[in-house]
Amino acid sequence: MTNLNSALPPLTEQITLLRWLRKNLFGSWYDALLTVLGLWIAYWAVKGFLTWAFTAAKWDVIILNLRLIMIGQYPLEQTGRLWLWLAFLVLLSGSSTGIWARESKYAAVVFLLPGLLALLPFSTEPRVWLVALTAIGLAGWVIGRAKPEILKRGVIAGWVISLPVIILLTHGFSESGTGFWAVAKTTLWGGLLLTFLLTVVAILFSFPLGVLLALGRRSELPIVRWFSVAYIELVRGVPLITILFMAQLMLPLFLPEGLTIDRVLRAMVGITLFSAAYLAENVRGGLQAIPRGQFEAAHALGLNSAQTMVFIILPQALRLIIPILAGQFIAVFKDTALVAIVGLFDLVGIGKTVLAQPDFIGLQREVYAFISLIYWVLSYGMSHLSQRLEERLGVGKR
Amino acid sequence: MRKLFAFTGMLIVASLVLAACGGAATPAPGQTVTVKETVVVTVVAPAAPVVVAPTGYGVTLETVKARGALICGVNSQVPGFGYVDANGNFSGFDVDYCRALAAAIFGDATKVEFRPVTAAERFTALQSGEIDILSRNTTWSTVRDTELGNNFVHTTFYDGQGMMVPKDSGVTTLQDLEGGTICVQTGTTTELNLADVMAALGVSYTPAVFDDADSTFAAYSEGRCDGVTTDKSGLVARRTVLADPSAHVILDVTMSKEPLGPLVRHGDDQWFDIAQWTVFALFAGEEFNITSANVDSVKASATAPEVKRLLGLEGDLGLKLGLTNDWAYYIFKLVGNYEEVYNRNLGPDTPTYIPRGYNSLYTDGGLLYAPPFR
Repeated sequence: MTNLNSALPPLTEQITLLRWLRKNLFGSWYDALLTVLGLWIAYWAVKGFLTWAFTAAKWDVIILNLRLIMIGQYPLEQTGRLWLWLAFLVLLSGSSTGIWARESKYAAVVFLLPGLLALLPFSTEPRVWLVALTAIGLAGWVIGRAKPEILKRGVIAGWVISLPVIILLTHGFSESGTGFWAVAKTTLWGGLLLTFLLTVVAILFSFPLGVLLALGRRSELPIVRWFSVAYIELVRGVPLITILFMAQLMLPLFLPEGLTIDRVLRAMVGITLFSAAYLAENVRGGLQAIPRGQFEAAHALGLNSAQTMVFIILPQALRLIIPILAGQFIAVFKDTALVAIVGLFDLVGIGKTVLAQPDFIGLQREVYAFISLIYWVLSYGMSHLSQRLEERLGVGKR
Repeated sequence: MRKLFAFTGMLIVASLVLAACGGAATPAPGQTVTVKETVVVTVVAPAAPVVVAPTGYGVTLETVKARGALICGVNSQVPGFGYVDANGNFSGFDVDYCRALAAAIFGDATKVEFRPVTAAERFTALQSGEIDILSRNTTWSTVRDTELGNNFVHTTFYDGQGMMVPKDSGVTTLQDLEGGTICVQTGTTTELNLADVMAALGVSYTPAVFDDADSTFAAYSEGRCDGVTTDKSGLVARRTVLADPSAHVILDVTMSKEPLGPLVRHGDDQWFDIAQWTVFALFAGEEFNITSANVDSVKASATAPEVKRLLGLEGDLGLKLGLTNDWAYYIFKLVGNYEEVYNRNLGPDTPTYIPRGYNSLYTDGGLLYAPPFR
C-alpha cells in the first residue's frame, strides 16, 4: 500500500563492457556471425582509405597551405588580432562551462583540444597561442566553477558583445595601412575565418529576423501578415545560390554610380535573409505546438499579448524546436560553402585555389578530405552542443 | 547606413528574382558563352548593360591614382593563369599582366588589388566599376567586344584547341595519330574542329564521343583512346588531375582560335591605350631583349633609338599615355618582359608547361607583334 503513491524509478541494469558486448554483439550464434561479418565489411570498406591516408596521400599540400585554409590571405602581421578574439571566445566558453555545466566534471576536456593541436606541424607563433588557448579555457572553467554567481552577469555581457568584438578585431580600425591595428580588407578574409564569420553572422541575425517573421505570419494585422507570408514564400521559393548570384551580379548594376557594397557583406546579408525565411517556418511550427490553454492561462493572469508571447509562449516554443534549430544552423554553416561559386575564398573557395597551385595540382582528394574533416568536426561540435542544451532544458522529457 | 541600403537593396533584388530568372532562361543569341574552363555558363547580363561606373576619357586612371591601387579582376582557379600561392599571393600569367600595368602606372608592381571574379560575374564586375580591368582568360569575341560593353585590349595568350597524348606513345604530330581513337566531347565546336583539321590533313581516326568533359577525360585516363582534345589551357588544367600528369604531353599543334586577353569597359580611351601599350611593352621587351635582370644596364648603354624611346630616355611617350616616361622601365624592372612572364608561369620548368606555339614573337614564327614605339 505504501508504495502505490510514490513511483519507483525504473530498473536499471548494471552495464559493463563485457556484458554489453555479450548482449549486443554476441547474443546468439547468428549475432556473432553478423558481428564478425560486419567488422570484416567495415574493415574492407575503410582499408583503402586508411592505406591511402597513411601511405599514398601527399599531405604537404595541407601543411604548406594551412595558413590559407585557416585565414585565407589575411595579413600575417595582423593575425594576432584573430588570436585575441579566439582567446576571448575560449575564455567565455570556459567560464560558461564552469558556471552552467558544473555537474559535468569532464566538460573541460574539450579545452585540451587546442593544446593537442599544437602538436601538429605549426610554426612557433600558432603553437604558443594554441597552448595559451588551452590555459585560458581551463582557467575560465576553474574560475567559473569557483565563483559562478559573481561571474554570471559578466559572462552573459561578454557573449552579448562577442560578435561586435570579433568583427571589430577582424576588421581593424586604423586607416594608416600598416601596423597591428590596420584595417584588413574583407577581400583578404578567407578560409575557415570567412566561413566562421559568415555562419556566425547569418545565425545571429537570421534568428531574431526569423522569430519576427514567424510572429508576423501569425499576426492579426493583415499588412504584417501578408508581408511575412510573401517574404517567406518568395525567399523559400528560390535556391540560395540564386540569391547569392543576385547579390553579387545584379545588385552592382542597380546601385548608383560609384557606390559599391562590400562583397562579403553582400554574402552575409544574402545568407541571413535566406536562412531567416526557413527559420520563420521552424519557429512557427514551435508556436503552433503550444496548446491554446497556455494563451488562455496567460491572459487569465492578466498578461497582455506581448507579455504572453515573450514570457510564456516563445520560451516554450523555442525550447521545443531546439533540435530543428540546430539542424538549421548546421545547414547554414554548410550552405556558406556556396559563396565559393560567387568568387569568395571561404573554405571551399580557398580549397579550389590551392588546387590551382602548380605544385599541388591533382591533389583534390587530400584537400577535400581535409576540408570535409573541418566541416565534420565543427558540425559535430554544433550538434553535440545542441544535444547538451536539450538535455539541460529537458526537451522531449517534460 | 550602408547596411541599411544593402538590406533594402536585397529586398528589391529578392522581389526581382523571379522576373530575372525568367529573362535568363531565354538568352539572346550569343549570350551563351563557352568559358575557358569546362563549363558552359549563360551570362545573366541585360542586353544593354546599365553602365554605372564613371566613364569618360581619363576618368579610370584618375580613379586608380586617387585610390592608390589598381583593382584587377582575375581568375583564382586556373593553374598557371591565376591562383593564390601558399603565401597568400596571387600568381599566374594573367595576374602578372595586372602587376605590369600597376608597375606602368605607379612604378610599383605591388599597388594592385586582385579581385577573384567568376566567369558569370566578370563582365558585370567590369561594368559596375568594381574592377578597373579584367585579366581573366577571356576569349575575344564579337558580342563581348560590342554588346557587353567591353573593349578587348589585345591578345596576350593565343589559346586554341590542342591534343594531349600519353608521353610513352611517341606521338608528336597529328599525323602520328593515324588510325587511332580520339576522346572528344560531343556537341561542341571541339568535335567539329577536330573533324575539320583531321580531314584537311587526311588523317583517319575514330572519335570516341562523350557528353561532358569529365567523362571524356575519365575515358582518356582509363586508356580508352590514344589522344584527347580540348582547349590547350583546359588540357593543362585537366592534365593536372590525371594520376601521373608527367606521363602525358600536350602536342605543339593548335586546331582553333581562342585569343585570350585583358579587357576594359567602353568609354575611356586613355585607359584602353594604357592597357594596350602595356601589352605592347611586354612584347617589345622580349623583342629587344630587355629583361628584369639587364634593364638597368640596357638603360645605361642604350643606343638604338626605339629602345631609348621605350625606356623613356628620349621623347615623352609615357607622358602621351598619361603616365611617366619611365613607365616601361618599371614594367621590365619589376615584372619582366613577355618571355619572362610566360616562362615564370607556363614555361618548361613549371608543372603547367605549354609550348609557346603562336605565343612567340613574329620573328620566331609566332603572332606577338608590337607596333613601333615612336
